[in-house]
Amino acid sequence: MAKKDTVEALMKRGVGSKTAETLCNAGFTLSKLRNASVEDLVEAGISSTNANRVMKKIGKPIEKAKEVSPELIDSKLRGLPLPPSIIDELQRDLKRIKLTETQLDKILQMTVAAYEKAKVEPCEAVGIVAAQSIGEPGTQMTMRTFHYAGVAEISITLGLPRLIEILDARRVPSTPMMTIRLEDEIKSDRDKVRKLAWEIEAASPLDVGDLAIDLAEMRIMIDLSEKALSQRKIAPEEVAQRIRDEMGVDVSLDGLKLIIRPEQSSYRELLQLVEKIRGVTLKGIEGIRRIVIRKEDGEYVLYTEGSALKKILQCKGVDPIRVKTNNINEIADVLGIEAARNSIISEAMETLREQGLEVDMRHIMLVADMMTCDGEVKQIGRHGVAGEKASVLSRAAFEVTVNHLLEAAIRGYVDELSGVTENVIVGQPIQLGTGDVEPVYRGG
Amino acid sequence: MASPKRIKKIKFGLLSPQEIRKMSVTKIITADTYDDDGYPIEMGLMDPRLGVIDPGLRCRTCGGRPGECPGHFGHIELVAPVVHVGFAKLVRKILRATCRKCGRLLLEESIKKSYLDQIKLLNKLGQTSDEIVKSVFRDAIKVSFCPYCEETQRDIKFEQPTSYVEDGHKLMPADIRDRFERIPDEDIEVFGMDSKNARPEWMILRVLPVPPVTTRPSITLESGQRSEDDLTHKLVDVIRINQRFQENREAGAPQLIIEDLWELLQYHVTTFLDNEVSGVPPARHRSGRPLKSLSQRLKGKEGRFRGSLSGKRVNFSARTVISPDPNLSISEVGVPIEVAKELTITMNVTPRNLEECKEYVRRGPNNHPGANYVKRADGRRVKIIDENREELAELLEPGWKVDRQLKDGDIVLFNRQPSLHRMSIMAHEVKVMPYKTFRINPAVCPPYNADFDGDEMNLHVPQTEEARAEAKILMKVEENILSPRFGGPIIGGIHDHISGMFLLTRGKVTLNKNTALELLKKSDVKDLPKPAGYENGKPYWTGKQIFSQLLPKGLDLTYRAKMCENCEICKREECEKDAYVVIRDGKLLCGAVDEVAIGAFAGQILDRIIKEYGVVEARKFLDNATRLAIRMIMRIGFSFGIDDEDIPREAQEQIHDIIMNAEDRVKRLIEAYEAGELDSLPGRTLDETLEMKIMQELGKARNQAGDIAGHHLGMDNSAVVMAISGARGSMLNLTQMAACVGQQSVRGERIQRGYSERTLPHFDEGDLGADAHGFVKSSYKKGLSPIEFFFHAMGGREGLVDTAVRTSQSGYLQRRLINALQDLEVKYDGTVRETRGLIVQFVYGDDGVDPSKSDYGRAVNVRRIIQNVTGEVMEG
Repeated sequence: MAKKDTVEALMKRGVGSKTAETLCNAGFTLSKLRNASVEDLVEAGISSTNANRVMKKIGKPIEKAKEVSPELIDSKLRGLPLPPSIIDELQRDLKRIKLTETQLDKILQMTVAAYEKAKVEPCEAVGIVAAQSIGEPGTQMTMRTFHYAGVAEISITLGLPRLIEILDARRVPSTPMMTIRLEDEIKSDRDKVRKLAWEIEAASPLDVGDLAIDLAEMRIMIDLSEKALSQRKIAPEEVAQRIRDEMGVDVSLDGLKLIIRPEQSSYRELLQLVEKIRGVTLKGIEGIRRIVIRKEDGEYVLYTEGSALKKILQCKGVDPIRVKTNNINEIADVLGIEAARNSIISEAMETLREQGLEVDMRHIMLVADMMTCDGEVKQIGRHGVAGEKASVLSRAAFEVTVNHLLEAAIRGYVDELSGVTENVIVGQPIQLGTGDVEPVYRGG
Repeated sequence: MASPKRIKKIKFGLLSPQEIRKMSVTKIITADTYDDDGYPIEMGLMDPRLGVIDPGLRCRTCGGRPGECPGHFGHIELVAPVVHVGFAKLVRKILRATCRKCGRLLLEESIKKSYLDQIKLLNKLGQTSDEIVKSVFRDAIKVSFCPYCEETQRDIKFEQPTSYVEDGHKLMPADIRDRFERIPDEDIEVFGMDSKNARPEWMILRVLPVPPVTTRPSITLESGQRSEDDLTHKLVDVIRINQRFQENREAGAPQLIIEDLWELLQYHVTTFLDNEVSGVPPARHRSGRPLKSLSQRLKGKEGRFRGSLSGKRVNFSARTVISPDPNLSISEVGVPIEVAKELTITMNVTPRNLEECKEYVRRGPNNHPGANYVKRADGRRVKIIDENREELAELLEPGWKVDRQLKDGDIVLFNRQPSLHRMSIMAHEVKVMPYKTFRINPAVCPPYNADFDGDEMNLHVPQTEEARAEAKILMKVEENILSPRFGGPIIGGIHDHISGMFLLTRGKVTLNKNTALELLKKSDVKDLPKPAGYENGKPYWTGKQIFSQLLPKGLDLTYRAKMCENCEICKREECEKDAYVVIRDGKLLCGAVDEVAIGAFAGQILDRIIKEYGVVEARKFLDNATRLAIRMIMRIGFSFGIDDEDIPREAQEQIHDIIMNAEDRVKRLIEAYEAGELDSLPGRTLDETLEMKIMQELGKARNQAGDIAGHHLGMDNSAVVMAISGARGSMLNLTQMAACVGQQSVRGERIQRGYSERTLPHFDEGDLGADAHGFVKSSYKKGLSPIEFFFHAMGGREGLVDTAVRTSQSGYLQRRLINALQDLEVKYDGTVRETRGLIVQFVYGDDGVDPSKSDYGRAVNVRRIIQNVTGEVMEG
């Protein structure tokens, strides 16, 4: 009878019927419950969350067990065999709640155990898993080369073509682009930002005037626009001088009218000259073809078409730490191989994420490390990683079979048969994963 | 099994003439192959000592039967040496880099020494010496006087493919050979060559090895005529010219004729080795088909390396069409009985399984779980037939082997191409079934990317105990529910599973005792919870209660369902759409179960169960949940027909108005543009601005039309249920059917191509209006006008081309990625290394965590642990 009363009393206090019954079966009474701890309840066969809920309802208001100080958390966290990311997360989350020391210890112990459980096992063929994890979603990606991401005005390559471009380690991406953030002093001043943009943007004679070909006289005329010139702070004489210097042709200036005559007056020469004039950079940084200014989180940000990292970093007013470019090789040249590695990771992650495909960062890291591990950015493919493999058979099985075999003969190469392809070819077990271990009979 | 020999390494090199002669079993002198009686001619190309291909004969060299004898090389003594095409470029480089008189490398001793040291160092470090070798040649070619004998060097011109001209004087291969013979070993090393195994003069062939007949088998046609292999044809040519050459030389023919014949010999040897050399007309078969040379045999996808050596053929496999069976467990595969009778597993007969084995043998090959073969202790294989099965069963004793047929519970590998990731091959348990297709639970379709529109799949039976153990432990379907790609489930409910579950759990579905029991009948759950209430004195249960029966005890979970609209203020438990899902202690308290709960790629509940209760529990949950869902959807009855797209007349009129208004606005935009009143957007031209604005306007109209249609298609519409629950399709698809298809696009723009200044002759030149550029006003239900249909086909075609291009591109990307990364492995010290031992990462992924064991990429779900210990739920 007493049991039934207790169950009812418990249920009145908002405890679920099943929980209440288990508690009673474990011999708890109301008074006993008041003095019990969460752990006691868990032992009686109740989930910890439930136990907590019960304790909140019945137990005496959990006696303020000594709360751990932030310092204690820090000191306990120090020296734990955990990666920094988890330590950070623990630090942040543990300080937000009230804990007893036993709880803290338990949390830490469980975290370490969970981490140990999540670690990779030796002999795991992580390379193949990474390659599959990046390659498989490739089939689901779009081919649409151009997409307006972030800034509507600048189109950049996205999707599968971009991913291929990153892994190919192309010298120049098909759509180089930079994101330039500025120093605190000018970043929120629209006029100053505008001025800086004019300075950076490469201006060709066509940007500051209208070009016309006078076929009768066999000459090119450029009508300079006063507004454009003053915006960019270029004098008409400067324009004339630059064209003269660059091309060594006769340039005369008549007010705001530029008259250019080719050396030989042929039609072909004339057209070639126009093309050349188009390529002259009057002012600004070569390679930065267009700039779009956008306001983001209270500051003006420059988005550029074209990339020139080295020069942009030296620009006054630019915050060099927050400058971004999508040209990986340029990053390798200017900032070094580590930066290039990080850039490969972030660019590839971004490309995949934009397509709504989830790929674990670790896979991309492995690819990036493989591409950069000997100090230069190497392509994934014949001219890079795959072409530099030690095994002749493996290279021959990949591409340009005959040439690899002929070269191997001349050089007297020896295939040590340590990789996957070679061993498949000769028909023996591969030295990876379960092929790398053997069962051993433990006698007795 | 005795441990097989392991090949440790393979060394490459050139064959010297001596070696070729030594390995040759006979000299080949006659171009004829068979005599009039059909017997191979001695010292001909089909000499019986070269190996056997005809069944019943034995090899004259090794005595092996066809299949046993690997074949033996012969050789042809060439009357005059010829250049090996593959090395033609290298021959020229060496010619130019060595002295024409003394044959030494044209570099001074000290420079030579330093180069040699560098090469040796690089070789020792296991790196390529390509760059050094390149600069050796570059430097040596520049030298015009030999530093040793002071001979003046002459310019050597190279004419594709195999002739060399020195100062207008043609160098014959014999001359080249003489020069190369003078090069000292030490200088050869500087060229990066292996002086012991690759003397440069060996690149000039004096003896041609004749491949064994086993590499060029002749085929007997139906008419009894023999048809020779391409290589044999080529060798015949070589021998013929060789003979003619010799005759002419002995007869003292003029130099001109000798040279012509020499060139002809060179041509035939060249095309024997490689028939695709640029500058050489390919040798052709009588029919005009180019002959397949040695190089072509190795090259390319179907070549020896990629086609035959990297891709192996197997026995013990089966392939047939797949079809769904929701009553199977996800870890099972239904195997047709015909297949099961053919595929076998070898059992070693021991005293302990003797009786079992006897039973299999007694049943014979035609009585399903029987046996097809026995192997006696002396190694003889005996086929079991109905006549001898009893007798063999009696003879059976330990030490014999029995090939028993596949039966329920066996582990097999199941695969669907393209095998893009490891989940494309998983281990299933066999369930032998009638009919002729492989049956799988539709929930395992996502990892295989399979559907049932005629897909075929392959099945392999592992033959050794180790292989079966490995398959069972590592490759079982339940071990692969979590994808290593992102650490979430990749197997989960699809289509009707989700619709069914959604219909069961959304809102308050009440079920009487009979129904409730029937729904749970196929699952493991055998009891009902307390009724949710009584109606007319009869107990009833809610759908949520029934679903909760499948959940493991103690599961706590809170998340937002797929249909959550991210309202500004979330009403949480009070959400009228039932989009806020709360599970406490394994009870679904509120919210509907949909794609986000149990779907593949998303399944929150599924994910939690695997991570907290393990894979077996997860498999059981999936099996039960899919069965329950299917039962539910069958009970309710779920169909979709053309009248489900009907919307009321007033709605149709509204949609019509919206589209007319949009067209008006587009017209006004065009007028503004033509009047020059349109302002361009920053960084865009006026034309682009107009296009963008029109697209925007029309897009908006389509969305509005869609909203109206969506409004009139209530939650009782099956298509809406499917879209909202995430089972299949989207609201967009639905509005295209019911309201308006919308703008068609090619390359992300309105349709612009076609005639000059217009898309079709039905429009005026320069017409920028909506309908002239691919805006489809009609709905699929209403039907498209011919013009709309054409535009729609244009958009559709782009999609098809896109898919075709994409598959080839991404396939190549995948191949390259695999090739670059396949040798990487985590070593016992935690580093990631490639086969040479080169360290690629010191700790895998910077934290050593396996993505497939992680929680969506995170190593440890810290909050979950804190919640478990303290009961504090943290958000944000």
